[in-house]
Amino acid sequence: MSVELPSHRSPSTSAVEASAPADPGALRVAPSPAFFERLRTIVGREGLLAREGELFAYECDGLTLTPKRPLAVVLPTSTEQVAAVVRACREHDVHFVPRGAGTGLSGGAHATEGSILIECSRMNRILEVDPADRFAVVQPGVVNAELSAAIRQHGLFYAPDPSSQQACTIGGNVAENSGGPHTLKYGTTTNHVLALEVVLPDGRVQRFGNRLGETSGFDWVGAIVGSEGTLGIVTEATVRLTPIPAAIETLLAIFDDVVPACRAVGRVIRSGVVPAAMEIVDRRTIEAVEASVYAAGLPTTAGAVLIVELDGNPIGLPDEIAAIRAACEAEGCQAIEVARDEAERLRFWRARKGAFGAMGRLAPDLYVHDAVVPRVHLPAILAKVGEICDRHRLKLANVFHAGDGNLHPNICFDRRDPDELARVIAAGAEILEACVAVGGVITGEHGVGVEKRDYMHLVFDADDLEPMYRLRETFNPDGVCNPGKLIPTTRFCVEANPKARGYGEVPIG
Amino acid sequence: MTPPPVDEERPVECPGSTPIARALHDELYTSSLDCVHCGLCLTSCPTYRATGRETSSPRGRIYLMRGLAEGRLEDASLLEEEAFLCLGCRACETACPSGVHYGEMLEQARTIVREQATDFSAARTIERFALRRIVPRPGMLRLVVSLLALAQRTGLDRLAARLLPERTAGMLALAPTVPPEVERRCMPAFTPAVGTRRGRVALFEGCVMPELFGRVNDAARLVLSRAGWEVVVPEAQGCCGALQAHAGDRGFARGLAERNVDAFAPLLEGLDAIVVTSAGCSAALRESPGLVGDGARGVATRVRDVLEFLDETGATLELSPIPERVCYDDPCHLVHAQGIAAAPRRLLQSIPGLELVAHRQPEACCGAAGIYNLTQPEMSAQVLAPKLDALIEAAPSIVATANPGCAMQLASGLAGRGVEARVVHPIELLEAASRLAAPSA
Repeated sequence: MSVELPSHRSPSTSAVEASAPADPGALRVAPSPAFFERLRTIVGREGLLAREGELFAYECDGLTLTPKRPLAVVLPTSTEQVAAVVRACREHDVHFVPRGAGTGLSGGAHATEGSILIECSRMNRILEVDPADRFAVVQPGVVNAELSAAIRQHGLFYAPDPSSQQACTIGGNVAENSGGPHTLKYGTTTNHVLALEVVLPDGRVQRFGNRLGETSGFDWVGAIVGSEGTLGIVTEATVRLTPIPAAIETLLAIFDDVVPACRAVGRVIRSGVVPAAMEIVDRRTIEAVEASVYAAGLPTTAGAVLIVELDGNPIGLPDEIAAIRAACEAEGCQAIEVARDEAERLRFWRARKGAFGAMGRLAPDLYVHDAVVPRVHLPAILAKVGEICDRHRLKLANVFHAGDGNLHPNICFDRRDPDELARVIAAGAEILEACVAVGGVITGEHGVGVEKRDYMHLVFDADDLEPMYRLRETFNPDGVCNPGKLIPTTRFCVEANPKARGYGEVPIG
Repeated sequence: MTPPPVDEERPVECPGSTPIARALHDELYTSSLDCVHCGLCLTSCPTYRATGRETSSPRGRIYLMRGLAEGRLEDASLLEEEAFLCLGCRACETACPSGVHYGEMLEQARTIVREQATDFSAARTIERFALRRIVPRPGMLRLVVSLLALAQRTGLDRLAARLLPERTAGMLALAPTVPPEVERRCMPAFTPAVGTRRGRVALFEGCVMPELFGRVNDAARLVLSRAGWEVVVPEAQGCCGALQAHAGDRGFARGLAERNVDAFAPLLEGLDAIVVTSAGCSAALRESPGLVGDGARGVATRVRDVLEFLDETGATLELSPIPERVCYDDPCHLVHAQGIAAAPRRLLQSIPGLELVAHRQPEACCGAAGIYNLTQPEMSAQVLAPKLDALIEAAPSIVATANPGCAMQLASGLAGRGVEARVVHPIELLEAASRLAAPSA
């Protein structure tokens, strides 16, 4: 697949595109000094960052491939400040992009041309915890793991647990509909958000949903979760809390190769057992993790390790463990270990969740890909992904949510090498195409952002995208809020893009 | 995904054109590539927590270093500010899956921006003078501490606190009460083992420790000897250089490290360990950047924190009960720089009657960070506040910590909140518990 120029560099020659309402590619007029003065009045001197170094440090999030410096960064501390900043942006015709901890992997919090970042890290208070009705009201900058830590005393936890949970924020999780290893049993963020307070792109503050989680009429909360900050800025979330299971058992099944590990996952699902999580870590990942501070004693000689977590009533767990054993042994696993205590169990998970960062040991940069296939296709798709990376001479490590069929091929590279960079992008595209070809989708949990926006056509044709544009227009009519993310820039480019007619016609390679 | 904007006209391999950029490129560019920008360090960083700013986080600071080294960022002023706003607590290293050597990079960056600095403020000049001319010179340090003791005895310090500008007065408030002369006496060069001799250790005294925490060094000497170790205290030793290196004066720090290598290397034969009572010193002596040679390696590999050493050799101490409620607070340079967290707790728990109480923030920096509480008093206080909240909530009668800076910071912070808990080094509790049980050393 040929490498295209970044959209903000391509000349806007098309009359159709030029008339488009929210083209982030259009050269924007620099805002006046009065705009920055206004921001300073709203968020205070301390809350406005605009020096060269400050803008530089905010040029990317967890995705370093497509950096873009913002015009300014504001750090509001309240909903009122967010709303006032949004109104100022509108008056001065400046785009804005919400950002949490900047751990996202699809560039959802990247600035776009002529935009400011609204960073929610200072809105980090837990406003209310109701252990009886099992909900918490939090500001968007509350860190995922810290919410769970704060409610542990009530015997509760917040179920969505992305691997970045020790740093990522609830606001970012809502935007990306984040998942995590325990998605298999507990669902993604959307299953855990009851109500939202949102600053709409026109500066109004609107509440959606309620503490009961009951929907009368349209499910607006469902629409906003996963909208990647394109419908507004979440300034408060009411989230569902889950009781900590009475018993938890974590097993490590050690395999010679990832393929039998994947097949074992299929067997487990067919057996009717619903584990809390099923994760596969391949050899290269194990080596990287075991060399890191997150080393957990995973066998570095294994071809793959399948981590299975079971939770629930302690009476039922031995039978489930037996079922897992049977499934793994039927696929010829070398050994099965059960975590002896809570400390060891947590070590396994720290190892799993530190995997992305640990792979920083293998190369200066890492592209964490994200796609989903039906579980039955996991073995074949892993072989295909391996073949694609080999062909592009790229180092690959796999660590993924096998239970969900959610792949995370981790491609090691060095962004200073333009040729390697181009190969990474080409391989990434081929992986998506291969996944879609077997009935998969282009993202499981990292979101579309800027990373996959131009691949939306692989799964959605113009007719599919049309309602998405309409929804966005309802909330964000002139596209000022997080422009250029999630859905292709304008509806017209779908028609202009020959690839958009259906992925079957896209030449692979 | 569209590819990133690689500028054909500016190959990114090339370092930036300024001297700072070139120096950063030469010294730490390769290390900066270890960071994959995952962000797992963010919440471990006290200054990120306090400000919510990416630029005040480890990831942000590394990004600035890298950007300057690559010439993609030109203005180095922000890195200079952020490098010195950093506490150097290295909690990020404990959180980093990629194994980034942040502490080392930070010292390198600080040294580079200091060396290239063109304007020298009065504060910088005083700081450098104190770190070069007073701290590493026992005579000078003794004089300064004696003057402080005199001021404290005559009440001059309280008068000064009223007359001096707020910032200077704040510094005075941090100063601990200078202990009586008897605690500041020189240690015996040789202390025999009590009972069966297990081996020999050398005790590293440090610079501030003998003057302000002589009782801690002495407690270590007594406990070690009661545990069967003969203790030598070589006279030629001196300041470890940690404060200077943290302040961006690595060249000078290296000279101090060399002096210690010269002091300890000849004693290595038959020496089981070089035992240190200050976490900041043990971390620095272990790492001694830039030192090569068998002597330096021998010294560095022999260094042990006193608590670590007693724990790993199995202290054969008879302990009498200490019925106190104790919170142990991890010094950053013990837990994050050396990975030592369990040993001090195990030792404390070995004391009968002692109730070890956990608190919410044991591994968070207290804000002392060497001389940080003097150079960045506002941020230091901001970082300390949640730690004090956690300690007050746990309500201990004694707070134990293993580093002089932390001890001073916690004592002054707790006193400021009107809390009466004493702050001690765990070795002092072990000494007290073993004093009654053991025959006198």
